[in-house]
Amino acid sequence: MTFRKWAAIGLALLLPTAASAHRTWLLPSSTVLSGDDMWVSVDAAASNELFYFDHNAMGLEDLAVTAPDGSSVEAQHQNKGRYRSTFDVQLTQQGTYKLSIDGGGLAGTYMLNGERKRWRGPASEMASLIPQGATDVEIMENYRRIDTFVTLGAPSETAIAPSKKGLEFAYDTHPNDLFAGETAKFRLLMNGKPMPGVEVSIIPGGNRYRDELNEVKVVTGKDGGFEATWPEPGMYWLNAEIRDEKTSVKNAKTRRASYTVTLEVLPQ
Amino acid sequence: MRLLMSAAFSTALTFPACAQEMLVTVEIPRLEVAEYHAPYLAMWVEGQDGEAASLAVWYDVELRNEEGETWLKDLRQWWRKIGRETEMPVDGVSGPTRPPGKHELGLDASDPQMKALSEGAYEFVIEAAREVGGREILRAPFKWPASAEQKLELKGERELGLVTVVLKP
Repeated sequence: MTFRKWAAIGLALLLPTAASAHRTWLLPSSTVLSGDDMWVSVDAAASNELFYFDHNAMGLEDLAVTAPDGSSVEAQHQNKGRYRSTFDVQLTQQGTYKLSIDGGGLAGTYMLNGERKRWRGPASEMASLIPQGATDVEIMENYRRIDTFVTLGAPSETAIAPSKKGLEFAYDTHPNDLFAGETAKFRLLMNGKPMPGVEVSIIPGGNRYRDELNEVKVVTGKDGGFEATWPEPGMYWLNAEIRDEKTSVKNAKTRRASYTVTLEVLPQ
Repeated sequence: MRLLMSAAFSTALTFPACAQEMLVTVEIPRLEVAEYHAPYLAMWVEGQDGEAASLAVWYDVELRNEEGETWLKDLRQWWRKIGRETEMPVDGVSGPTRPPGKHELGLDASDPQMKALSEGAYEFVIEAAREVGGREILRAPFKWPASAEQKLELKGERELGLVTVVLKP
């Protein structure tokens, strides 16, 4: 086995949500729409360059679409290609829809017959995932959420309210009312609680065609809050990750959670 | 919009139907492009406390299934300020798109849009967005009602030509 492959496995063990090395995202065809009955088409991928599908399609197993009235809507025309997944959402209600890929689970390692093995799965299946006789069992809790928002007509609040599950933003500024040169206020929450002192990364899309990443890092304040300013209109990728020991599963040593959102900033 | 429209029904804020006039002349430039569509165009006034009222919105009012309304969001600032909270069409405000040339819009203090304006400082705003083309937005401050004749000149560079607004007491 090459060093590179070992290094990759080492990294994967440290950061068990496999796509960590790449940026995951949902990219809607529009975020601000007018009319009575409209559609958005959405790409879902993990890539290095934003927002180009050049690495891996993202699975849609954990996809959830929340309508302005809070109900769940089925994502239509789902397809998983080599580099991207796609799906469509029909917008029939006026207001804001939330598009999310979110999920949690356990991952870790154990020793069996002198070999270190990796395992991964939902908490409910932990017992069957770790065989009899395994020793040095390491358990890590993982959560991840990848969001984007689209609005037909006037922005609304129901669908964007925090789920209070996993890591996410509370949107004091509406995510579909963002304009270049303005300042937006968001708060980082974990299971509904403010997360102070966490770094949030903000990267404008289009880095394939520029030499600088133009990443801006901000640190959340006491209430988990932070401000984002948008130098240019365009699609932005925001990401935050936490890692701590506040686990909820017995014997789990660490908890890791990530939040990613794609936001569109419009010209003035 | 809602603020101003509700104010329109409050007689306390209503100006007597004296001569107060606003005459807008809009030049839509003729463009040499392969695919030309007349621009969507919105004119509105913005007050200092964020209130706003449409004066005119020109779009494809006649398309089947109200398809014209699906492009109203391209008038981005109008959409943000007024459009997304407004059920279109609006009588006296909505109208069809206009071809290249000079177009006039005359309003006086008895029109609902103007009736709703309380005394104060405003901005006149005009925004044009063209399918497969560009977008342009122009702004100019004015006082309402006018105590003396005022003339605003707004010079567009791409999607709009010369726009003049004459306010008469």
